[in-house]
Amino acid sequence: MELTRRNALLMGASAFVVAGLPLQAATTPEEAIAAFTGGAEIGEGDITLTAPEIAENGNTVPIEVASETAVEIMVLALGNPTPPVATFKFGKLAASRAASTRIRLAGTQDVVAIAKLEDGSFVQAAATVKVTIGGCGG
Amino acid sequence: MAKGVKPRVKVPKTAAAGETITIKTLISHKMESGQRKDDDGNVIPRSIINRFTCDFNGENVIDVVLEPAISTNPYLEFEAVVPEAGEFVFTWYDDDGSVYDTSKKIAVE
Repeated sequence: MELTRRNALLMGASAFVVAGLPLQAATTPEEAIAAFTGGAEIGEGDITLTAPEIAENGNTVPIEVASETAVEIMVLALGNPTPPVATFKFGKLAASRAASTRIRLAGTQDVVAIAKLEDGSFVQAAATVKVTIGGCGG
Repeated sequence: MAKGVKPRVKVPKTAAAGETITIKTLISHKMESGQRKDDDGNVIPRSIINRFTCDFNGENVIDVVLEPAISTNPYLEFEAVVPEAGEFVFTWYDDDGSVYDTSKKIAVE
């Protein structure tokens, strides 16, 4: 291909599109959810997400997820620059399908937990956390 | 290898066979999110623990994928069944390829 001014512009534009796509895929909550559920419908039910109503410090917000029959639980912080928080996979010797950890929240937002149950269906729970000081160190 | 990484794990020393125990783990790690900037306005590159696993005698208990939204010094608490005497192995995987592990023996009464 002859490298004309027009071709060079086209190549530049397509390179930008290709480079831009994976970045977007990693940052929107919808994409992260779709990757986890494979587009399956998400219902309500056997999952609880425990998070404080008000967190003074967004750097360490204690959360707990629990479900009776989950195989996997994904936690998302919808208002964070990178929404995925953690994915818990429970093995054979897990006594309960529950875990707790501490997360960072950039500001007041909804935290969502989605569980994949043993029968292959998905359920979700959400909690709104008010954050006084954000945890992104901006 | 990130500096000052020290895993800490709390597991009871003994349990009854088939009993459920609570395990608490913490590893000191700065969990640099890749969002922060230094004094000159340059982005500090991401450096986190991206995966944690716990196994007991070769059987998996929990396998967690960690993202930058996990706090500094990642703390995890979960429950495990102890079918027999043995050893819990805890493994943390760092972004830079380092693997930190520790193990705890448990006896059955």
